[in-house]
Amino acid sequence: MSNVTLKVNGKSHTLDIDASTPLLYILRNDLGLRGPRFGCGLGQCGACTVIINGVATRSCITPVSTVKSEVTTLEGIAKNGKLHPVQQAWIDEQVPQCGFCQNGQIMTAKALLDKNTNPTDTQIREAMAKTLCRCFTYYRVQLAIKRAARAIASLGSNRSKEVVA
Amino acid sequence: MSGANSNPTRSASAIARSLKEGRSHQKTNAFTNIPKQVEEVLEKWNTATSRRNFLKSSGLLVVSFSAAPLVSTAAAEAAAAAQAAGGPYPDPDFHQLDSWIVIHEDNTAAFYVGKTDLGQGTGTAFRQMMSDELDIPFDKTTCIMGTTNLTVDQGGSGGSDAIQVDGWPMRRVAAEARRILLDMASKRFGVPVDDLTVNDGVITVKADPTKKITYGELIGGKKFNVALTAANNNIDNTTGVAKVKPVQQLNMVGKSPQRDDIPRKVDGSGTWAVDVKLPGMVHARNVKPPVAGAKLISIDESSVRNIPGLVKVVSKGNYVAVVCEREEHAIQAARQLKVNWEKPATAAFPTSDDLFKFMRNATPTSKRQPNVVGNPDAALASAAKVVEAEYEMPFQGHTAISPAHALADPSNGQMTIYSNDMKSYGLRNGVSQFLEIPRDRVRVIWMDGPQAYGRTAADDAGFEAAFLAKEIGRPVRVQWMRNEETAWDTKGPAFTFKVRGALDTQGNLVALDFNARAADYNHLGYNEADTVLIAQLMGRRRAMPAPGNSDIPSDMYAIPNRRMVAEVVSLPTIWETPLRTGNLRDPNGPQVTFAAESFIDEMAAAAEADPLQFRMKLLNASTTDDNGFRRARSIAVLKTAAETFGWDTRPSPKRPGNGTILPGRGVAYTYRGQTVLAVIAEVEVNRKTGHVWVKRLVCAHDCGLIINPEALRRSVEGGMLHSLSRALYEEVKFDGEKVTSVDWITHPTLTHLDAPAKIDVLLVNGDPNPNRPDLPHYGAGEASLKPTIAAVANAIYDATGVRLRRVPFRNARVLEALKAAGV
Ligand code: FES
Ligand code: FES
Repeated sequence: MSNVTLKVNGKSHTLDIDASTPLLYILRNDLGLRGPRFGCGLGQCGACTVIINGVATRSCITPVSTVKSEVTTLEGIAKNGKLHPVQQAWIDEQVPQCGFCQNGQIMTAKALLDKNTNPTDTQIREAMAKTLCRCFTYYRVQLAIKRAARAIASLGSNRSKEVVA
Repeated sequence: MSGANSNPTRSASAIARSLKEGRSHQKTNAFTNIPKQVEEVLEKWNTATSRRNFLKSSGLLVVSFSAAPLVSTAAAEAAAAAQAAGGPYPDPDFHQLDSWIVIHEDNTAAFYVGKTDLGQGTGTAFRQMMSDELDIPFDKTTCIMGTTNLTVDQGGSGGSDAIQVDGWPMRRVAAEARRILLDMASKRFGVPVDDLTVNDGVITVKADPTKKITYGELIGGKKFNVALTAANNNIDNTTGVAKVKPVQQLNMVGKSPQRDDIPRKVDGSGTWAVDVKLPGMVHARNVKPPVAGAKLISIDESSVRNIPGLVKVVSKGNYVAVVCEREEHAIQAARQLKVNWEKPATAAFPTSDDLFKFMRNATPTSKRQPNVVGNPDAALASAAKVVEAEYEMPFQGHTAISPAHALADPSNGQMTIYSNDMKSYGLRNGVSQFLEIPRDRVRVIWMDGPQAYGRTAADDAGFEAAFLAKEIGRPVRVQWMRNEETAWDTKGPAFTFKVRGALDTQGNLVALDFNARAADYNHLGYNEADTVLIAQLMGRRRAMPAPGNSDIPSDMYAIPNRRMVAEVVSLPTIWETPLRTGNLRDPNGPQVTFAAESFIDEMAAAAEADPLQFRMKLLNASTTDDNGFRRARSIAVLKTAAETFGWDTRPSPKRPGNGTILPGRGVAYTYRGQTVLAVIAEVEVNRKTGHVWVKRLVCAHDCGLIINPEALRRSVEGGMLHSLSRALYEEVKFDGEKVTSVDWITHPTLTHLDAPAKIDVLLVNGDPNPNRPDLPHYGAGEASLKPTIAAVANAIYDATGVRLRRVPFRNARVLEALKAAGV
């Protein structure tokens, strides 16, 4: 056991924990977060995805000792009580069925859009390829990503208009 | 998509969760827009019941009185009576209106229904139907579902019957509540009911609109005290005196308010069955036998002595589990525990490569009475052309995105199970029997979870958690690992088919001889105390294993001579085996329709006819229909699908060109119960790699009266893609002693790369009298899985001229078939 300091969604936590523990269990069981979920524990499905340094990261195979930067979870992407455009697009498009995988879908899509605000269909498919859904919402997820991209673009242009004004 | 920014359905789990978690430090619902009054009741409830109190009383008893406005009053009263007489969790009485509907002082209503919502939006649909009958605004309603001591026992989910069957009593009881309220207002104002109008929960005297009163003012916080009747004591027949409204007077039904469970699934605020934490809770993991039928000889407990926080190694018969304070340690302990197993002397089953040969050679354990029309043998003997084909479908699993899990709390002589099991009532009954705890001391709180399209391992995990909790005397959370889930979850049965068909000289299909054989002996029911996995491993056996099922095609084709045989065969090992079958999203429909509708295509090709016109001709060859008008509606869906797709009439196959990508299209049609549908798939087959991409899917779908079109569309899309995953990828592999499909590499599934570029779901009303006021609502949760595999196989044939008769159509198999045919 050792003291590990973790910054998650803007807050710092110090925990007395075995440093080899996968990040997922600490987020869920010690910090009480519910966005990232256990799906396979093997890095194959994406249900446990969090964002670290802008990268969609599978927390089930990430030992907490290797986490050096802030961790963002699904709970941390809304800002000032306003849903992230990706989350809003998910509601507008009514994406989830059971919803269990949707943490992975949303966080992977957000990481994609953070880097590439206007991805092509192929780029979307490839970025999302390893994020599995057993209710098979893929078609709606892809529509929602395009919807979110449009929303982000219009937010951007509004902002630049404001700046000009 | 239009729609109100709706209020969430408060599942009973939501109530329980707010109890458990002290909402003060958790802004769980910043975006879900819970009605303020519900918030307030929850807050009151929370402060009135400290966590310690809650644990002491283990739940609803103390709580139900301090939170009377939210809990169905009949349930609360029943609980009070039972506390005196017996256990804390008696059944809410479905003969009491108060068990179904509670109206609050602020003119809002809560509906208590015995169903579960697996992510298709049924909870939202129930609110639409019930608010329409009650005449209260949709956004002033909430719906509590599937908690065994709070909601009447409608059996949870299954069989796509939520809307088709259970929707009726819900509509009728809501209509009855409206009738009672009108009666009360009539007495209050001293005018006949006919002189009153009701709108949005406000009753007004027609002649004097200043005289009005809200439902909340009439009865808020009080009981209806109205008895309902139910013929044969069957909850599905529950009714009052009032009649339901004609379709034309329904307002929310047919609209698409957004599903109320989606915000919490998108913003991370929901609490799922995997999330519940109780003070003192420990984590368990199973240690499964390494091969089917292995016998436990000994356990070396010293092998896990170094694991921190080890609570106990539990074993009984061949069931073994480890329990630790922390989850990651339980996982480590389960991996590390040294167990000495003895392998059985003979192979448990054939290998997956030998399965179909084994099945064809086996003697059936049961056979349905053959379904015979005309004289198929004579017709086949005298036919101008006879076609024969054999088809094969492997075992396919549920393979949920999350492994099975449950949490059980054994405090104070009761047992509470937090579970996503779609049949929470069955789980309650089964656990009560299994652990010999009186039924009224067991409750199941149904919560959100991963997909549960049938009999999943959620049943098994619920029993395991309860057993371990009873053993240890602390709340136990059990979760399976990925390899257990993929290997040991229940499977949809494998099938072999033998089909013969005969054409006359004009190319008419005059005979069909269809034989379906399923490896389904000892098919598991739901939550049975003598067939759940833990019971099997402990050595329980039922005297008569379930005979299992096979099935025959569902079509309205007029074929003058037919024989249809459905038989079941058994694998050598039927107990303690990972190849255990259970219902998987329309248990046999996708398999049987794959063979049936592939074969109709083969007959069309033999007749050199367009496959869609060939089907139309078979539907038009008769003029009689059944009372659900399935023949007329079949024609309507085929027509609609063809028009939307832009079907070009010509026989299949298309002559493959010289390019790498070979395009093609295929159709399939069927019904499930009263729901009729046609699917057209457009594919691109890569000649060099064998890869199949289904570029477009069109589904024309007639399920009668539609409650929420947008939610329905998505459910149909999900069903078609589930079936596409089964068509292209899914197959459970095994050697002679164990399942070797254990993760997402060894058990591939559909991914984002396979998503069609376009999906059209066309909602058809093909009823000959489409505006009839009593148009029924049929089930829609599973039908779209049935025709999709055949539509894809038919499209591949159209593209390449190669007929694939063995599922799944993975690249290697397709490529091999293309090569063999010289394509
Ligand atoms: S749970 Fe981490 S990738 Fe599956
Ligand atoms: S929505 Fe159920 S697994 Fe993706």
